Amino acid sequence: MFMRSTAALAALFFVSTAPLALAAEKPTDPQIAHIAYTAGTLDIEAAKLAIEKSKNKEVVDFAKGMERDHEAVNKQALDLVKKLKVTPEDNDTSKALTKAAKEEDAKLAKLKGAAFDKAYIENEVAYHKQVNGALETLLIPSASNAELKDLLETGLKIFRGHQQHAEHVAGMLK
Amino acid sequence: MLSLALALIASPAFAATIEITIDKLVFSPANIQAKVGDTIEWTNKDVIAHTATVKGGWDVMIPAKSKGNVTLKAAGTADYFCRFHPNMKGHVEVAP
Repeated sequence: MFMRSTAALAALFFVSTAPLALAAEKPTDPQIAHIAYTAGTLDIEAAKLAIEKSKNKEVVDFAKGMERDHEAVNKQALDLVKKLKVTPEDNDTSKALTKAAKEEDAKLAKLKGAAFDKAYIENEVAYHKQVNGALETLLIPSASNAELKDLLETGLKIFRGHQQHAEHVAGMLK
Repeated sequence: MLSLALALIASPAFAATIEITIDKLVFSPANIQAKVGDTIEWTNKDVIAHTATVKGGWDVMIPAKSKGNVTLKAAGTADYFCRFHPNMKGHVEVAP
């Protein structure tokens, strides 16, 4: 199954021709902040769609958790960039993430019932896996400000929990 | 009689508060031993909310950067988890 965000992240982070190739070009702190914030916002939007469409309690509870946690982390991120006087800078990774998310949302919007639940949760598993991989291998090592790095590390722990939670729910839907 | 009176007066003082910290989605310490009447207090250092929940038992909300507590009413062992992050787990042994 083709996954929006997964494909976009894979293209950006793991393919050598990508604009943000791993070793060649490290993202700057303003870019990292923008990527992390964007990744959170996109997951909140997907969660809102799931809360609206799904009738499965496990799926809705999971989606509410995504909304709650990502809003909390993004608020921390906003407070931090304000404190550091950093202006998040839009970049190709953020743009690709947003474009891929729009495509996935359009696909999810057409699905109903169990098919929607399955597609949403499977994408959540893949999305968190890829974002966590990007945090671990690229964003955290590239961050130069210690507080930004710390927030990203906290985020990674939270998002690993999300991934496990999504895997658990995906297992229940089978 | 005197000893009984002392016991009655003293017993509430024996009720302890056991502190558990939540940091980066980990209950620490994860395993504790307590007595009936003791209170467990969780301090959440994370920016996200957690719960300490026992299936069919207590369900304590622990908001971000805040605290939550429960007073233990029954003896036995309890496995608890966070409803929001089910991979967070803790264990309590409650002596009578």
